[in-house]
Amino acid sequence: MATNKGRTSSFSRNFSAAPTSSIPGLKYGPNGTIFLSSGVPDLDSGGFHLGSLVMIMEDTEAPHHMLLLRNFMSQGLVHNQPILYASPSTNPRAFLGTLPTMLVSKDDRSRNTDAEQKDLRIAWQYKKYLGENKPHIEERDGKVEYCNEFDLRKPIEKHLIMGNRVECISLLDCSSLAGFRNSCSKFLSQLPRYDGNITSAGRIAIQSLCAPQCEYFDKEWDMLSFIRSLKSMVRSSNAVAFLTFPASLVSPSVSKRWQHLADTLLSVKAIPDEDKELANLLTGYQDMLGLLSVHKVARFNTQVPVILDATTYSIKLQKRRSLVLECLNQAPVDGSSGSSYGTSGSCSGSSKTGTLDF
Amino acid sequence: MDRPASFLDEALSLDDGDSNNLQPWIGRVVLVEDCVETNGAFVLHHLIKRFLSPNLSSSDSIVIFVAFAQPFSHYDRILRKMGCNLVVQRENKRLIFFDMLMLECPDDGVEDGIIALYGNIQKAVEAVSSLNKNITIMIDDISLLEVAANGSTKDVLDFMHYCHTLTTQFACTIITVIHEDIYSSADHFTLPLQMEHLADIKIKAEPLVTGLAADVHGQLTILNKGSSDGLGRWKSKIRNFHYRVKENSVEYFYPGGRT
Repeated sequence: MATNKGRTSSFSRNFSAAPTSSIPGLKYGPNGTIFLSSGVPDLDSGGFHLGSLVMIMEDTEAPHHMLLLRNFMSQGLVHNQPILYASPSTNPRAFLGTLPTMLVSKDDRSRNTDAEQKDLRIAWQYKKYLGENKPHIEERDGKVEYCNEFDLRKPIEKHLIMGNRVECISLLDCSSLAGFRNSCSKFLSQLPRYDGNITSAGRIAIQSLCAPQCEYFDKEWDMLSFIRSLKSMVRSSNAVAFLTFPASLVSPSVSKRWQHLADTLLSVKAIPDEDKELANLLTGYQDMLGLLSVHKVARFNTQVPVILDATTYSIKLQKRRSLVLECLNQAPVDGSSGSSYGTSGSCSGSSKTGTLDF
Repeated sequence: MDRPASFLDEALSLDDGDSNNLQPWIGRVVLVEDCVETNGAFVLHHLIKRFLSPNLSSSDSIVIFVAFAQPFSHYDRILRKMGCNLVVQRENKRLIFFDMLMLECPDDGVEDGIIALYGNIQKAVEAVSSLNKNITIMIDDISLLEVAANGSTKDVLDFMHYCHTLTTQFACTIITVIHEDIYSSADHFTLPLQMEHLADIKIKAEPLVTGLAADVHGQLTILNKGSSDGLGRWKSKIRNFHYRVKENSVEYFYPGGRT
């Protein structure tokens, strides 16, 4: 695949994951772990551990967490993985129409168009009925891609979000989290973890769990209890739970408890517009939407922590359509404005006098 | 093959200079403090390995492990890489494992739930106390026990005080992990303060001031309050060193001592 493989992942770990032979969208990792894709190629040298709880700390100033959430959900749909989606919205199903479709490169487009033209000649009037029930897994050269790139300008194909593929729950309907916990339990019961071969994997996507408009918002221990429960249930299933929350809206102590509960912990931050200092400091500042920081990476069956080369990445849209993460690069220092090393050293004389002057 | 004593064993008074004759703890309370950036579970893994090691002097040890944080399979895989088979130890009754991942106390039944948990631990201790073995109770971790108790710090503290009675009654050692960064901004510091008061040894894992690095994963500060010099005088000692966690062991070294 030319697109994402041409770009080295910024979020890298030192192992080579082999694809599973039978289940599309899953990869074996070290220490008996299995991964599924985050839907963001730059976040995906491995992906997310199956059985893990991934948390994103939101920035209330900007919705960058939604980019990650959309890609996560679209990736699951492309791989025909069942999804449970919950949000503090009266109609969460409407959100599905904003999920991005897979990015198709020019080569694929011409190849697909030829194939489509051929099909149309044969049975054009029946094609529209076949698409609804057929599992839609894109292949390239006969192999299913583990991680796809998504075009944020175009919505996902309708047949992928129809039917029972995505179960939607409104958190506004939950006076307490007990009912939602039962829904998660029922969803995960379809994906039990066995030591043998797995047959399917699923995704839980929860947007803004502690949004103030939810009735349970002031019940901090109930929310903590729910997250702990979800984490335990997911751990014994073949699923990944992806949860975003506005950390600044809960108390610092409770926020720290949430962070400890996460297996993988990320945060997103807005970048102020027209910040001259940042523009001088960072290369490509004008193209950045925000920053993504990696605070913790899941460690299953091992005690060795993951130490990344860099923990903060810029969030950009490549060609205004696909999400990319890049390591931050310091902008070149303007040589005409800075003082040279020789004159700034104290040994060769100081530009300002002080009490200690060697 | 003889293994050199580690800084950690020396600092914890677990080693008397001969790695073939490790000294067991008797009736001690040990508190491991960590934070989001530096997880302190590797200390627990090290201690499990030590206490289930055949090199331990006097008699065999028994470990009662109360797990709120991870399933059995996680600890098993980690300890296997360190040369300790937890499945075998569990079958031989040297490891008693309580899986508490799904423990939930109903709102009106927190006290009962916690009492039931203590009852199970006490029964396990009593069952093995006649075997003349050193008993170590490990709790991973007490911050999650608070969540299981729906935030009832009072019930959690009562539980810890009851467990503390086992140190005198049965000469058990208690080792627990607490996430100290949760409480640094909290309005009440009751739980960490009480735990620090009870603890004879405090082990704190935290990042370096300069952050995390591939060759130095953090620093350990160990406060060992009670080492008697045999004349009724107690000396406390503080040790600080850096560490790097590997799959089958942990390297400890003084700052700047890593080549």
